[in-house]
Amino acid sequence: MSQTPKKAFSPMNLIRRPEFGALIGALAVYIFFAFAGGSAFTDLGGWASWLNVAAELGIIALPVSLVMIAGDLDLSVGSVLASSSMTLAIVSGFYGLPTWIGILAALLFGIVVGTINGIIVTKTNLPSFVVTLATMFAVSGITLGLTRLLTGSTSVAFNADQPFQNMFGIMLFDKFEVAIVWWIIVAAVVSWVLYKSIFGNWIYAIGGDVVSARATGIPVSKVRIFLFAGSGFGASLVAVIQTCLYNSAQVANGQSFVFNSIIAVVVGGVLLTGGYGSTIGVILGTVTFGIVNQGIYYTGWNADWAALILGILLLIAVLTNNTFRRLAISGGKKEKKND
Amino acid sequence: MTKATPILSLKNVSKNFAGYQALDDVSLDIYPGQVLCLLGDNGAGKSTLIKVLSGFHEPTSGTVEVNGVAANFKSPKDASNQGIATVHQFGGTFPLMSIGRSFFVGAEPTKGWGPFKYFDKKFANETAVREMQALGITRVTDGDRLIGGLSGGERQACAIARAVHFGANVLILDEPTAALGVKEAAHVLRIIMTARNRGVAVVLVTHNVSHALTVGDHFAVLIRGQKADDFAKGERTREQITDLMAGGEAMEELIGELNSLTGSINVIN
Repeated sequence: MSQTPKKAFSPMNLIRRPEFGALIGALAVYIFFAFAGGSAFTDLGGWASWLNVAAELGIIALPVSLVMIAGDLDLSVGSVLASSSMTLAIVSGFYGLPTWIGILAALLFGIVVGTINGIIVTKTNLPSFVVTLATMFAVSGITLGLTRLLTGSTSVAFNADQPFQNMFGIMLFDKFEVAIVWWIIVAAVVSWVLYKSIFGNWIYAIGGDVVSARATGIPVSKVRIFLFAGSGFGASLVAVIQTCLYNSAQVANGQSFVFNSIIAVVVGGVLLTGGYGSTIGVILGTVTFGIVNQGIYYTGWNADWAALILGILLLIAVLTNNTFRRLAISGGKKEKKND
Repeated sequence: MTKATPILSLKNVSKNFAGYQALDDVSLDIYPGQVLCLLGDNGAGKSTLIKVLSGFHEPTSGTVEVNGVAANFKSPKDASNQGIATVHQFGGTFPLMSIGRSFFVGAEPTKGWGPFKYFDKKFANETAVREMQALGITRVTDGDRLIGGLSGGERQACAIARAVHFGANVLILDEPTAALGVKEAAHVLRIIMTARNRGVAVVLVTHNVSHALTVGDHFAVLIRGQKADDFAKGERTREQITDLMAGGEAMEELIGELNSLTGSINVIN
């Protein structure tokens, strides 16, 4: 039993981290599109293009990643985005109330739907997949129905008051959405929660083994409800940003975020089974998504191919994550063959 | 090892599950600094008994006493508040968490003030590693390693270290050696002795008579929910215990039957 106090940097440790795959993925797609897309992709305009997409997705994907690390899924983010966006446009655009009231209502709406998701999931013990699928449809139905009832249309115009326009809906240096700043703020908050707060430890524990987590006295239901509320908030924040930026709200906005957020999170190394994941990984996953989604336009090829690349990346990511999980659990030892 | 007050005892405890008598009038005393081995075949009631001890089940009749005072455990939380900790077969339950993080799940150490309080990872890692090393697991030096990367014995050690660190004075170990290899099992037995020597009362549930004889101070054998025998170290031979566990005559009958089929299988012994 020899004492080997080694905590030195080793490349093996780096490779074994799940973010490593996400880093390789992000670099690979960047290099690929840098060649295929040329200088237009690698200059400032190109960066703005994929950063804008990544920022909006990232604001949703980061809180969703916490939900997923705790072992749940949230499919309702797309509908929440649409209805929060509609809430803002109807309150402050259609009825002409001050912008801050509309924004507050929109953000509250996201938090409320998230909380309802959380309460239903924890009270019924149904899979969150089904519960949030149900709220996704229900919320989208309410939005469509109420919007038509109140405004007689499915698209509502809106103009934010100047300070809010500057906060949510301007372009920095003519190219970069202010959403990028919000993305950085959300990333900082989510990182702090996950790595630094006690709450973060609870998230990992709940995702790892919910029964044992409960036995140690963690308020499991409260934590899960809070996380769903957080992902609702993320979706409604993007709703506010989009509505201010585009000066209107459409009922069909945002559904693409449902699966895109899951892609970003999984490509970022979060296990679908929960219990493991990192903020850096999710940011890298989101960047990868942004690069593929926008890079395709610089290549001159049909944009349809982007989905194929994303599909392949997702599959590779899931396989890598799975292998990582097996290795981590077996302590890096070789698998038994009959496993 | 005084025979003062038992730290935990069962007084005429019975447990009935919808007509099935899982425990029948069992009385048992557990003393600090002693290892009580709970022996018995599958379905003899060992699991039910430790679930009563750890607050998962309330007895149908009879009482559980802590330091001579009746304790009505309504939940495992009640029992753990009294210093009774249970470690299950696979020890660490959060394979993808680091040693330091999982060691302090639900009781995280913090630094800082107010809303800026943060998880003290350095303290958590150092404490977890130190406590494991104190139990003889010197191979573990990095609290950032994942629980899943530890061997079965190390995971048990981690779980036992955790229980001891959080002030457990009764440690209930449910088949801790069952899934382990010979060497690992020996290590876990050594850890049990370390805990015992620190004055912890240990309840060891096992199938393995050798393991029980190695560390046990006191033994109780359960058969079909009843306490068939209760004796101190050295009062019974290994054969007597094995016979008891298998239900006495049943084992002899079986050996006789096998002998008639295959010739004597006891030649080697």
